[in-house]
Amino acid sequence: MHPAFSVIFLTTLIGAGQGLFLALFTGQLYSTIHLVEAQPASFYALGSALSLALLIGGLAASFFHLGRPERAWRAASMWRTSWLSREVIVLPVMMGIVFLYGVFHWAGWTRPLIVLGDGALPIDPTFVLGLLGVLVALALFISTGMIYASVKFLQEWSSPYTIGNFTFLGTASGFMLAAAYSALLGNTLVGFFGTWAVIATLLGLATRLASLLRNASLKHKSSLQTAIGVWHPRIEQTSQGFSADSFNTREFFHHQNPATLALIRNAFLVLVFPVPVALVILAYAMESATLPIVAFAIQYVGLLAERWYFFAEAEHPQNLYYQRIS
Amino acid sequence: MTQLALVIDLNVCVGCHACVTSCKQWNTSGWAGPMVDENAYDANPTGTFFNRVQTYEVGSFPSTETVHFPKSCLHCEDPPCVPVCPTGASYKREDNGVVLVDYDKCIGCKYCSWACPYGVRELDEQQQVMKKCTLCIDRITDQTLPEAERKPACVIACPTNARLYGDVHDPDSEVSIAIRERGGYALMPEWGTKPANHYLPRQKTRMHVTEEDLQRSNNPLTKEDITVYSGEETLDDVSW
Repeated sequence: MHPAFSVIFLTTLIGAGQGLFLALFTGQLYSTIHLVEAQPASFYALGSALSLALLIGGLAASFFHLGRPERAWRAASMWRTSWLSREVIVLPVMMGIVFLYGVFHWAGWTRPLIVLGDGALPIDPTFVLGLLGVLVALALFISTGMIYASVKFLQEWSSPYTIGNFTFLGTASGFMLAAAYSALLGNTLVGFFGTWAVIATLLGLATRLASLLRNASLKHKSSLQTAIGVWHPRIEQTSQGFSADSFNTREFFHHQNPATLALIRNAFLVLVFPVPVALVILAYAMESATLPIVAFAIQYVGLLAERWYFFAEAEHPQNLYYQRIS
Repeated sequence: MTQLALVIDLNVCVGCHACVTSCKQWNTSGWAGPMVDENAYDANPTGTFFNRVQTYEVGSFPSTETVHFPKSCLHCEDPPCVPVCPTGASYKREDNGVVLVDYDKCIGCKYCSWACPYGVRELDEQQQVMKKCTLCIDRITDQTLPEAERKPACVIACPTNARLYGDVHDPDSEVSIAIRERGGYALMPEWGTKPANHYLPRQKTRMHVTEEDLQRSNNPLTKEDITVYSGEETLDDVSW
């Protein structure tokens, strides 16, 4: 498939946005039960604003993918059958919850509604919003992943690993960003978010390596024989039917040589996993305020490469019909 | 329920592209607006087509065979491009099974083209909506046309009658009989899309003449003849 930058930015930006929200609420949860230091309201409000900005950035990038962006509102209608439609609905819901979560913290509407467990667990409106947000963030990760995983003849994508990758890698970059954000503010949560970022990164490494391994030995179901229905081991196209290019040759081919593909794959395997993890550990040892920021930036660049490779790696069966001009 | 479709006879297709040009001519002139071309007279022409004729070589030289292969939307009975559409622009008509795009609802997200294994959907570069074969829906449903002309443009244009058109759900239709009696098959059956369009395989007419057929060894006159011959004319040599 042709890697479109609109979709690469959409999926990586909203992934980081969702992950950052998950990180903020994890921080709130831990501080509610006094496992980490409590943070001021501005920490959550600004963090939510950052998360919202990423989600809006992703949404803006997605419009560049559309031929008719002015009709984008129509995309919410077919949620019964289309994962794309589901994503289109869940994304604004996520934005709304992140917005409210930030506003409630900012305004200080944090008087507990009920207190559970002998005063140990006060449930305030931001806690309820946070829990809802976690569910919606997961739903959004699943919707985004299923857009790709549900196309059964794109066999490279059609596996549960795709959903795992979107979920874990998005979460990892969000927690990485939370660590960078805490480092920038100079609070004590850098190590806490950094630890979770490393855990999510390792989970992402597991699913990503599994999908790479799976795809390396993937046997494609379609062949030139099934494509034209002629049973002969040697079939070659002599003409695709037109002399230059078409939508079919632009949208479904990456037009890169295998060496570039291998380079991008190796680059993301280094930039997404070992480098950020090493930097986070180093930052913890050195108590550095800048290294977590560098770790997030490097991992984000790596994720752009990861998403590029994700698209380029997928071999669409329609390509069988477009092998030779003449 | 009716399922209109094409049956394409690869045995007689000569790869002349008449179906391609007639399709383009009819559909670029219709109510839905042009099928846009860019650089039509330049180095890299590109444009929207509903139908393409491709050519394949089967086998190794010298025993090769050329297969001309027209490809357009197969109007699948279980079309994977329809449920993925987020706007409902991509739909399958209830009354005749034709898969269509509502150009006024399409947002040009291209997801349906990803969800089609056959590569028969093309985004129009200027109108930025997805386009595909309509089976000339404006011809086949036009009651003002004489019955004989209520067929897709490509079917009318084909000089070798390689394109049959009809209802594949009616067991007595020309297309159903052709599929049944001449080994009609579907493309990429592995995906379970159940294409309505079928292809008829290439067929060779071969005569099987054995030695016995030439010798007339089972000629009853020879078998029942008890005469002993010694070089004279026999019944077999008589020219009538």
